[in-house]
Amino acid sequence: MAHAGFSVSQADGGQRRITLTGQWSLRAVDNNFAELRGRLASFFGDPLAEWDLREVEQLDSAAAAMLLAGWGGRRCPHSLMSSLQAQLFSALENVETPHRRQPIDWFAPLAMLGTLAAGLISQMADFLGLFGGLVLEVFHLIRNPHEIPWKEISANIYKGGVMALPVTALVGFMIGIAMSYLMALQLSKFGADIFIVNILGLAVVRELGPILMAVLVAGRSGSAMTAQIGVMRVTEEIDALAAMGISRIQRLILPKLVGLTLIAPMLVFWTSLWALIGGMLSAKIELSLGYAFFLQRLAEVLSPVNLTLALFKGLLFGFLVTLVACHFGLRIKPNTESLSTSTTSSVVTAITIVILTDAVFAIMTREIGL
Amino acid sequence: MKTSAPAIVCEARKISTQYGSTVVLHDLDLKVYQGEALALVGGSGSGKSTLLRHIIGLNRPTHGEILLFGEPLQEIDREGQRRVRNRFGVLFQQGALFSALPVFDNIAFPLRELHQFDDETIHRLVMFKLTLVELEPEHAWLLPAQLSGGMIKRVALARALALKPELLLLDEPTAGLDPDRSKGFVQLIRSLRETLGLTVIFATHDVDTLISLADRVAVLADQHIVAACPLPELQQVDHPFVASFFRDIHQRRERIN
Repeated sequence: MAHAGFSVSQADGGQRRITLTGQWSLRAVDNNFAELRGRLASFFGDPLAEWDLREVEQLDSAAAAMLLAGWGGRRCPHSLMSSLQAQLFSALENVETPHRRQPIDWFAPLAMLGTLAAGLISQMADFLGLFGGLVLEVFHLIRNPHEIPWKEISANIYKGGVMALPVTALVGFMIGIAMSYLMALQLSKFGADIFIVNILGLAVVRELGPILMAVLVAGRSGSAMTAQIGVMRVTEEIDALAAMGISRIQRLILPKLVGLTLIAPMLVFWTSLWALIGGMLSAKIELSLGYAFFLQRLAEVLSPVNLTLALFKGLLFGFLVTLVACHFGLRIKPNTESLSTSTTSSVVTAITIVILTDAVFAIMTREIGL
Repeated sequence: MKTSAPAIVCEARKISTQYGSTVVLHDLDLKVYQGEALALVGGSGSGKSTLLRHIIGLNRPTHGEILLFGEPLQEIDREGQRRVRNRFGVLFQQGALFSALPVFDNIAFPLRELHQFDDETIHRLVMFKLTLVELEPEHAWLLPAQLSGGMIKRVALARALALKPELLLLDEPTAGLDPDRSKGFVQLIRSLRETLGLTVIFATHDVDTLISLADRVAVLADQHIVAACPLPELQQVDHPFVASFFRDIHQRRERIN
């Protein structure tokens, strides 16, 4: 297959004649139309030039469109071609070309604000709908306790809780070591070594444990839930459930919500435990504070109500993360872009809401247990 | 370009494939000649899709090799592979359109990847391809999720044909279409095949598609090709799968008459 080429000669009237030869087609893989167009550029600018296409072995739509673009959208009047080629050109000419320039829309920012507000309202409406559905489902289950999806709840406890044990322990332990180490450096300057137990105990149990747990669960289980529900929507599995007369909220949402809400306080306890172990280890190395002393002192300075608070926070955070994850999962539209944005939004929103709630909580409980 | 014996576009040599302990294909040989339409038929799980995936180069057979246009796809470098891949187009069973992109960008995608055309030319070409597969210009801005099954197949066909391939591979081209649409789609493939001079390999279950599109039928059974010949000659082949297949065809014809 000869690839596309051309030759230039002098026509009878003195004007230039460009004779195209070879395969003017994408099928000849050696063709490079960008390069050809560059080489032909000077002839495209010449309004008198004659174009001879009769020697072309094969002309395909891509090559024809390239030539047409060079001629400025209309077939060159001085062109010689077969009727078949002419048909192709007129078919391509009749294709509507795009409106290149969009007129400037001065109301665009206002429209964007409106779209944003409308989006927010639709989010709130969906969220409220989901919450209402959940409440109704809970009432239904109270009246029909045999329908409670124990198996799914148990599976979610295992997936969201038990499988999360290693990562939460590791992160808690590392944070405990890092915090304790930095604090030890500062406190030893004032000779206030012993207060490391107070600070570490309070910070870990009251704040860090629940927040760490929430962030890890949002990243680990929240994103997984959103993606799972989303893909089930795309593959119409949710519709299949509905067609069998099974409530999607009862089978999909409720077990996740109950499972993770139940296991979250225990994860908080577990994470805090490892953070304290890390802190204790670091205190022993840096400040030579004995383990027994550390534990004894911890029991003295940390009132049990702090632990109750932490576990309650865990309950709340687990609930919020799951609710947000399910909400975004149900909003996924059947395309890959929506799947990725919704999963991102799910994790970001969950973490933001958790931190906001935590701040409110910290202010509300400032009198308790300090 | 005309030669006495048609050139071989695709050749499978002693292909064997095993997934775990299941043998899917064993010692399979197949030749596809330029310009023909070859149908791959076989029961469910007979390895039709596996063979197609081997030809496209998505999976490697355990033993044996596939030659496309005389070249073994797996053994050439990346640039060479790309050039060979631009010479064939694939229509996947579900269309496999990029779901985040509208129809226009789906068809424009292979053209843009060539880096040879400016936006205006690409626009003209995409719109032209749309008319080629009998779709309206206003469909260009719809997302794949908004299309019906038949439209998805047409758009996927336009995308597969965007680079003017010599070989078109179709996996179940009419699966999931109603009889009317499926007939229309087969007609479309037939007319495009004629105008573009395509070689077509397709896997199918559908008898009507087979009768109206195939020049030659390759029957896949017992892990290899038991017969590869034109449809009428297939009646002489003595194999239980072929026999039952023909019984089906006859029964259908009788019911229609």
